[in-house]
Amino acid sequence: MSSKTRDLSDGTGGAASKRPLLEVRDLVKHFKVGAGIVHAVDGVSFSIMKGETLGLVGESGCGKSTTGRALIRLIDATSGSVTYQDRDILALSKPEMTSMRKEMQIIFQDPFSSIDPRKTVGDTIGKPLYIHRVGTKREREDRVDHLMELVGLSARLYNKYPHELDGGRRQRVGIARALALSPSFIVCDEPVSALDVSIQAQILNLLEELQNTMKLTYLFVSHDLSVIKHLSNRVAVMYLGKIVELSPTLSLFKNTLHPYAQALLSAVPVAKLRRTRERIILTGGVPSPIHPPSGCRFHTRCHHKTPVCSEREPQLLDAGEGHFVACHLVHKV
Amino acid sequence: MPGTATTLKRDKRQSKIGEIWRRLKINKGAVAGLAVILFLSAMAIFAPYLAPYEPNKMNSGPRLASPSMKHPLGTDSFGRDQLSRVIYGARISLYVGFIAVGIGAVIGGFIGAVVGYYGGRVDNILMRIMDVLLAVPQIILAIAIVGALGANLVNLMIAVGVSQIPRYARIVRASALSVRGQEFVEAARAIGASDLRIILENILPNCMAPIIVQSTLGVASAILSAAALSFLGLGIQPPTPEWGSMLSLGRQYMRNAPHLTFYPGLVIAIVVLALNIFGDGLRDALDPKLRQ
Amino acid sequence: MAALLSVNDLCVKYKTFEGIVHAVNGISFDIPERGTLGLVGESGAGKTTTALSLMRLIPAPPGIVERGKISFGGRDIHALSEAEMKKIRGNQISMIFQDPMTSLNPVLTVGLQISEAIVAHQNTSEREALKRTQEMLEKVQIPSARHKEYPHEFSGGMRQRVGIAMALACNPRLIIADEPTTALDVTIQAQVIELMRNLRQEFSTAMMLITHDLGVVGEVCDRVAVMYAGEIVEEGSLEQIFEDARHPYTTGLFKCIPDIEEDSSQIQPIMGLMPDPFDLPSGCCFHPRCPSCMEVCRVERPAFLRENGRTVQCHLYAKGGVTQ
Repeated sequence: MSSKTRDLSDGTGGAASKRPLLEVRDLVKHFKVGAGIVHAVDGVSFSIMKGETLGLVGESGCGKSTTGRALIRLIDATSGSVTYQDRDILALSKPEMTSMRKEMQIIFQDPFSSIDPRKTVGDTIGKPLYIHRVGTKREREDRVDHLMELVGLSARLYNKYPHELDGGRRQRVGIARALALSPSFIVCDEPVSALDVSIQAQILNLLEELQNTMKLTYLFVSHDLSVIKHLSNRVAVMYLGKIVELSPTLSLFKNTLHPYAQALLSAVPVAKLRRTRERIILTGGVPSPIHPPSGCRFHTRCHHKTPVCSEREPQLLDAGEGHFVACHLVHKV
Repeated sequence: MPGTATTLKRDKRQSKIGEIWRRLKINKGAVAGLAVILFLSAMAIFAPYLAPYEPNKMNSGPRLASPSMKHPLGTDSFGRDQLSRVIYGARISLYVGFIAVGIGAVIGGFIGAVVGYYGGRVDNILMRIMDVLLAVPQIILAIAIVGALGANLVNLMIAVGVSQIPRYARIVRASALSVRGQEFVEAARAIGASDLRIILENILPNCMAPIIVQSTLGVASAILSAAALSFLGLGIQPPTPEWGSMLSLGRQYMRNAPHLTFYPGLVIAIVVLALNIFGDGLRDALDPKLRQ
Repeated sequence: MAALLSVNDLCVKYKTFEGIVHAVNGISFDIPERGTLGLVGESGAGKTTTALSLMRLIPAPPGIVERGKISFGGRDIHALSEAEMKKIRGNQISMIFQDPMTSLNPVLTVGLQISEAIVAHQNTSEREALKRTQEMLEKVQIPSARHKEYPHEFSGGMRQRVGIAMALACNPRLIIADEPTTALDVTIQAQVIELMRNLRQEFSTAMMLITHDLGVVGEVCDRVAVMYAGEIVEEGSLEQIFEDARHPYTTGLFKCIPDIEEDSSQIQPIMGLMPDPFDLPSGCCFHPRCPSCMEVCRVERPAFLRENGRTVQCHLYAKGGVTQ
């Protein structure tokens, strides 16, 4: 069992230091498709402090996963910069990036497709060590044993194949693989959304424990606000390739400023009889990222829109105490 | 579940091949298929000790004789002993069949995996080339290659192998496209695996099933293509015994000496059947999901 | 008043090469007219098998309905002929599926798909069916002119609304919704939930909602049944389950969900894994993961204890309850 009461009063969370481990500036990723250009990520900036968890939340197609993947160069960004400990990640050469991968890792969403079905558990976890030529064969095997113990996998699973494991155990294999090279930064891309509730809680606690013992920094990408709130020190809300609100977790949930974030929060079904939040039902769906709306991208669905919203794009500005929001309504005052 | 953690740990170093063999062993048909192939290969290797007559010696018996005690499979139009020719024929036919398929499967499979993995322009260029090759009738392509390189056994195998490349490239590309989209390929990139490593270790093993199926069928068609080329004088020259050319020679005497086509045809059919059954078993043994 | 749907001691198993899977293991529940039952459980709990057996759609082989009685509107489902069953399926009981992407035929217009169902069941002309189709589309807030469009021209949320329109088209008495909002985004999910609530009142249909999400159950249902390893371990009104859960599995589930409304949340996972369906544990099937497991739990399957309109299957409450 594990419980959590984080000091959320300061912007970075108690555990985090003042210096950012990772800084993202104006990250842009456009995909060319038949119908035009998909503006998947359109000028996203944020920083992640050492030891903190930044939650990145949004609905499907908002660009949150693309952002996470672009940070560690699984996808090549169109423009922008990512600075990790004073090094510009996007400018690294291929061999430099390969060795940088020891520092930055990723945990994937789908434990069924993220592990090669033809490799045993031991092989999968040991692969990063093999690729980076860490130690002798014997040492690598011992390291795999240690990693398996760390993530709560029994040693007898070493020679098992993925299909013999359930989703929760597979996700543990994925976590062990990400930890193999002792990274300091991990992108968690919806690591629990494919899991059952009771298993999800196990994995969340494991991720938290690992963060504490191994001093990890997480970018936690998810569509599940309860999970994001549980794990993050700060949260960024994305909509159509832009961050609309970025704030310390508690402040975001207590004092939600952006109309989209308000609607998103109110839409979460709560397993309680008396919900405290009034439900805001948005009309329509998310506009196409090929032709994003002018001005504020949310103006087509916003209940509070003003004429300026469709003309000028709001900037992500501080509304006090590190609570950033991109909305004309907030900053007009 | 028997076995403690320590004994299972010792298993850790068990070899992959040993494991595949263990799984293959369960499949009786596959083992039988393998036995037949090994038997035929042994027959080819030990042909001089097994064949009752010189395969090319004419008039070792009467012409076009039906099977008898003296000539168990009869004799052909030159009075050569059919059994000896079938035994010796295994040398060339199996050799050509396996090597040609090997060339086609390895090169074609690799091309397919590469274009499937990279996609985009590489895919477009290479696959259009493959389409052009596919559009040219295989036999004409082989004739061109043999014509350019000269008529001998090695060139024949190359010609038949190359003409099979596009098929493998196509089917492997199709599987590679679906494998590429899986997250484990992205995961391999995230841990720093190079593209070549991903293609060899992640993409290809997950495309094995269609390669194996195509290869087992390919052996028969390679044997027959080689025969056709030989028939045109572009491959193995007579009187070298070879199943395909025996088949085409016997065609003229189909009515009065059906044994001339029957037995070479039968061994080709046996090879194909054995390979197919073995191939199916191998495909299943390579797929951990089907492990019982 | 007799229940609309009444399931008594239903057992379904699948015979496979690897052994027998006891997918549903003696479950009983009722759904009254206009009632809404949430069937909650994790993957492999037997929720979908339960739904399929109500429609008599268990694939056989390998599926076998071992025993149990299902009566719908006073008629025994198992005693009906296939022709009679066809009249019930889609007409009196209809289904909403999880994946709006795959449950619609991609090569037919949505209008045609809905009107097909109407024509098949309701003895109407095609023209009337089309009119009804357009009405239904308007009801689910889709412009009726769009009945000529193909499924790919709709977004995920709209496709699910088409699915709802199709399910409601024949005015069914019972709708089985199998994870209807799982594939949708949060804001779209909210729209669909809102829609389902309104339409259910308007059409006065009973509903069985299958889901793993307790939040969704809280929004829609008035009774809840919690399934684990093929059994309903607890059943009661929404208030009883949400405020005063008895079974350790139910309370465990609630502790697994981070509370979005509290300043600091605690989660307490249920230890261990779902049991192997080929080899269910002895006694109470939850005992290997139960924090309050007793000696008797390992040996004896607990009886159903009924009290105040709720049922719980747990040895912890053996004394207070009324044994069946």
